[in-house]
Amino acid sequence: MTDGVKLRIGFIPLADATALLVAVDKGFTAAEGLDIELVREVSWSNVRDKLNIGLFDAAHLIAPIAIASSLGLGHIKVPIVAPFGLGVNGNAITVSPALQAQLADAADGNLRDPMVTARALARVVAARKAKGAEPLTFGMTFPFSTHNYHLRFWMAAGGVDPDEDVRLVVLPPPYMVDSLASGHVDAFCVGAPWNSVAVDLGIGHILHFVSEILARATEKLLAVRQRWAEENPDVLSRLVRAHQRAADFVEDVNNRDEVASLLAPANRIGVAPEVIRRTLDGRLKVSPDGTFRNDDHYLLVGRGGAARPDPAQAAWLYAQMVRWGQAPLSREMLAAAKAVCRPDLYDAASGVATAPDPSAPADHIGAFTGPAFDPDDIEAHLAAWTIRRS
Amino acid sequence: MDASLKIIIVDENPIRAAILQDGLQEAGHRNVTWIKDTTGLLAHVYAIDPDVILIDLENPSRDVLEQMFQMSRAVKRPIAMFVDQSDSASIQASVDAGVSAYIVGNLQKDRIKTILDLCISRFNAFSRLQDELDRTKSALEERKVIDRARGILMKLRNLTEEEAYALLRKTAMNEKKKIAEVAQSVIMTAEMFK
Repeated sequence: MTDGVKLRIGFIPLADATALLVAVDKGFTAAEGLDIELVREVSWSNVRDKLNIGLFDAAHLIAPIAIASSLGLGHIKVPIVAPFGLGVNGNAITVSPALQAQLADAADGNLRDPMVTARALARVVAARKAKGAEPLTFGMTFPFSTHNYHLRFWMAAGGVDPDEDVRLVVLPPPYMVDSLASGHVDAFCVGAPWNSVAVDLGIGHILHFVSEILARATEKLLAVRQRWAEENPDVLSRLVRAHQRAADFVEDVNNRDEVASLLAPANRIGVAPEVIRRTLDGRLKVSPDGTFRNDDHYLLVGRGGAARPDPAQAAWLYAQMVRWGQAPLSREMLAAAKAVCRPDLYDAASGVATAPDPSAPADHIGAFTGPAFDPDDIEAHLAAWTIRRS
Repeated sequence: MDASLKIIIVDENPIRAAILQDGLQEAGHRNVTWIKDTTGLLAHVYAIDPDVILIDLENPSRDVLEQMFQMSRAVKRPIAMFVDQSDSASIQASVDAGVSAYIVGNLQKDRIKTILDLCISRFNAFSRLQDELDRTKSALEERKVIDRARGILMKLRNLTEEEAYALLRKTAMNEKKKIAEVAQSVIMTAEMFK
């Protein structure tokens, strides 16, 4: 492909970059006349900055960073839009064997139930406080990250204040496993494949798939600058179509071995194909003793309408920013957050109506606790919680 | 001068960090600390309480620094990125060079601009050095490949050193290839006939 439209796209080596990587490596982008240079990045700050200043035309981006960028939170304000969702769900909470044992002791029910584990965590935290021990430390990937909000949502439900009772620290995903092994953190929330890597090394237990906490959580977006989207509508459509083809390819179980091999090399994700395969299949080893847990909603790459960006999901993420004091509450900001997710651009490019997933929750989120989420009533969402910053 | 300014350099590359440190000291900055190991980076940063933090963009720990923007009891002073909304040329130049700067507190913009410009030029100087080194290395590699191919030709075709080299050069010219590429093919072919 010599005379294709040249595009540079940044990504972080994570399983939910699959649709992007497959779109390029299987030649689906080339078939749309796009000549893509993939750039593997080491930090979300880099991806955000390079997208914002135009060094990248598009990026694999964690959804809350796209929203924060559009709202001008924490950094310069650059409106971002997403015409395609790279992944729904896929995160998990992994704890050290010591914390796993403490939670099991403190639990008054099945550890599969997030309310049971959240309450058990509250007891462990209280016991540590009484002893004068250091607070537990939880790793997550970025201040504006799903991982940050998922951890907070879960532990606050059990009565643990994430700012008062524990420490939440940012760690780059590749450092998570080492940090758990060295005792620098007691637990972390991160995307695939890092939870599985910790379990395989025998130093971590997967406590929860986040899909047990929120039935449906937008994770990564294919993000572009709003201005670029307006100036390049045709290129954008071609990019979306190539991604849709890739997502369909990934979701066909017959192709999974090929996909896992494509993603395994060091310049892509850089882990064993078998680990990627487990992630895509939603069949994860959750304990070093070899226990497996299945969830066909562990990670959705395009299936069940996952590729169609959902403004209600953006509203939920904005509500978390408000709840934890990162953003003020305003109608304008809510509208700007929702405007990041652009199902209209997705529909225009694919030209087909996606069949809704019959198992998708009515309020689009399906949280394990609290009232149904109304994307137009953030106040009601906030009022439902006692632990919050605003 | 800004001798009192506390500056932290976060860079895993010791040579680049030294180049930058030298530059800052030449410019009169006496209080420059280099952090190589990023384990427990935040605690380190809080202990030093710097006015400026410089970090290379290949460092995954950049995301850790972003946490300092957040409201938190642990932070004494708010940290803001140097570049404001109007200064996109600076951010472009620094990202191109591979360095990022953060300031703590209310530092005057022109003072920090001087430091950032210095970083950008030192980082660029480092990549030029790196390129030169890479070129020298690959030239050495090519030399070795050509020597080996020449040896093979001398043995198989019973040629002198000059004749073997002339054959390689002539083939390269005819095939519009580099001599090293032709030499590589000779070696590969010889391996197959082993």
